[in-house]
Amino acid sequence: MNFYNEMMDANGGVRPHYQGYDEWLKATPPERIARKRAEADLAFHRVGITFAVYGEEAGKERLIPFDIIPRIIPSAEWAAMQAGLRQRVTTLNMFLHDIYHDQEILKAGKIPAEQILNNAQYRPVMKGVDVPGGVYAHIAGVDIVRAGAGEFYVLEDNLRVPSGVSYMLEDRKMMMRLFPELFAKHKVAPVQHYPDMLLEKLRAVAPNGVSDPTVVVLTPGAYNSAYFEHTFLAQQMGVELVEGRDLFVKNETVYMRTTQGPQRVDVIYRRLDDDYMDPEVFRDDSTLGVPGILRAYQAGNVTLANAIGTGVADDKSIYPYVPEMIRFYLGEEPLLNNVPTYMCRKPDELKYVLAHLSELVVKEVHGAGGYGMLVGPASTKEQIEHFRQLLIAKPDGYIAQPTLALSNCPTFVEEGIAPRHLDLRPFVLSSGKCVNMVPGGLTRVALTKGSLVVNSSQGGGTKDTWILED
Amino acid sequence: MLSRTADHLFWMSRYIERAENLARLLDVTWQMSLVPQPLEVANQNWKAIIALNSLEEAFEKKYSTVNAENVLKFMVSDPDNFASIHSCLRMARENAHAVRGTVTSEMWETLNSTWLEAREKTFEQLYNAGIADFFEWVKMRSSLSRGTTLGTLLQDEAFNFIRLGTLLERADNTARILDVKYHVLRPQGEEEGATDFYQWGALLRSVSAFEVYRKVYRDVITPERVAELLILRSDMPRSLHFCLNGVVKNLDLIENSLSLETQRQAGMLHALLHYARVEDILEQGLHEWLTDFMDRIYLLGNGISRDFLVPMVETA
Repeated sequence: MNFYNEMMDANGGVRPHYQGYDEWLKATPPERIARKRAEADLAFHRVGITFAVYGEEAGKERLIPFDIIPRIIPSAEWAAMQAGLRQRVTTLNMFLHDIYHDQEILKAGKIPAEQILNNAQYRPVMKGVDVPGGVYAHIAGVDIVRAGAGEFYVLEDNLRVPSGVSYMLEDRKMMMRLFPELFAKHKVAPVQHYPDMLLEKLRAVAPNGVSDPTVVVLTPGAYNSAYFEHTFLAQQMGVELVEGRDLFVKNETVYMRTTQGPQRVDVIYRRLDDDYMDPEVFRDDSTLGVPGILRAYQAGNVTLANAIGTGVADDKSIYPYVPEMIRFYLGEEPLLNNVPTYMCRKPDELKYVLAHLSELVVKEVHGAGGYGMLVGPASTKEQIEHFRQLLIAKPDGYIAQPTLALSNCPTFVEEGIAPRHLDLRPFVLSSGKCVNMVPGGLTRVALTKGSLVVNSSQGGGTKDTWILED
Repeated sequence: MLSRTADHLFWMSRYIERAENLARLLDVTWQMSLVPQPLEVANQNWKAIIALNSLEEAFEKKYSTVNAENVLKFMVSDPDNFASIHSCLRMARENAHAVRGTVTSEMWETLNSTWLEAREKTFEQLYNAGIADFFEWVKMRSSLSRGTTLGTLLQDEAFNFIRLGTLLERADNTARILDVKYHVLRPQGEEEGATDFYQWGALLRSVSAFEVYRKVYRDVITPERVAELLILRSDMPRSLHFCLNGVVKNLDLIENSLSLETQRQAGMLHALLHYARVEDILEQGLHEWLTDFMDRIYLLGNGISRDFLVPMVETA
């Protein structure tokens, strides 16, 4: 397979937007780079920017490897991507409002109704509930990859509790600290105002009549893999970081327990999945949530960001319909590509998938984090056979896509500098008609040679992402 | 402030203070054991440390004999012993981790790196390198933690809860050290022995009070004055009186609609120290007096917990 290299063109020349960096890299002694890389490692450890890995010893924390070669995107490419993201996230919010209200898109036959209504992520409790501004996915993390000759594809829309934005911010801080001279030389669009933008969005969706809302971040607790990010965002926004046990509901109103007595809470940026939010409605064995919070939510006394029930829109079985949604709601052609997707619940498509397993990527419909997926070309016969059995047993649990030739970018690895595959997760913030994002996003890089899985839980690292201003 | 946040801050400071005082207690026992004495007496001193924390059962499960090395190992590095220095440093760090958005990054980094460094070393390494150095290190790390708190944290409610934790724990711990050592040194009616000077000196050093004693009394060391210094001197930072001054002051700053009774109890205990005479305390029996004091500190801790940290709220 031929891969698009972010830094070099097909003839081995340096692309224009990387020329400044390339000159700097060539002029900088390797010892200085090595020293700076060690410094970065130490600093990340000392500050404790870590994440917990599921399945490993409880409470064990790992550093996400940080690579000092930035991922650079020219401003024109970013402008196009940004327009596509606005269009896509606007549509997904309209779609969510629709399926929890009049279900026009189902009536029009654009999506089979049972695909939505029988989906485990569809929450009937949300039917007829009006959320402020009609916004469901206040924070969306849309995964974008570059493939083929350089075109962008949306890999998935994360509309539940997308994480990673703290790494985007810390990576930038680290780059500026290690190599200030690079920022004097390049006009890199700033990203550090993300927490302010987020707080502004959260305040904007407060329940009606609340002029100075109390905003909190709700975390599952210190053992969650993204706990660092939860504390980071709460601190950056200057709001309380709460756990479920800090909150209680009285008279369909949410309060937090403080040292000066109960205090009303208006907006909750929750980093807890739907299933755990309210033991009265969802999983009754959950101790992470708040009993009665859904009643308060339905009564319009508190805003949850993201809303309950967004998972139905980022489900991999719904993903293939997004281009059609854009046409339906906006009457526009999609600006960003979808990856062609085989729906294994359709017998003829399943047949094709089973015959081509060694070429395809198979994903669990409800999976996330790189768990439960098969990358055909990189798998053993046993792994492929294992998935074949899974597919036959439960075809509607899976989709398949062609293995994309993900673009790569030079990266520091054991043997020196070598190309590694990467993706990009911009964070798209919505409130009412207003959709904003800071330039760029989080670039994740697969550090294992040839690997196409960039998730940090699977050994991925991160890079600073630069949108170059003209 | 969130009640849970206050709870973590309170226990963060209690655990680091506890680690420090445990290091002080073990250090003085270790120093005392270096003065020539019968093995029985020495082991009696080590046994007292286990008894002090009511850990006899847990200790006997793992170790067959009470001696210096076993007790040190159990109280310094044993991760299964929730009262060991190792466990205290871990708990201090875990509580800080839970509120790292509330404490300053310097405070978090101090407790985090203290824990990371402590868990690197096995007991054998610490012992062979000189265990006294380790105790010194623990004391310095605790001082550093207190220093970063004083030097970097906004003096708001968070600060008050941290100070409350530190002072309440210290009051309890100083009382314990005094209780256990005083009675080893001064069994009922016995005359002073030749080694007493060193033993009293070590006790004073364990609470950083040796030079203080010299400065305050300019006289030979007597048990009565040691008791007076550690209980009643309001300007001696590790004395019970000093601790209660701070407890009362910080409680007043955070008072809420539930806390009146707790404040009253703290005030009563403070008054007891403020107006007491050491002769009366000794006449009553120091052990009895200290036991009563520690009970009241315990109740005070419960009161703070009930009023501020884990308040019961009626929900519907």
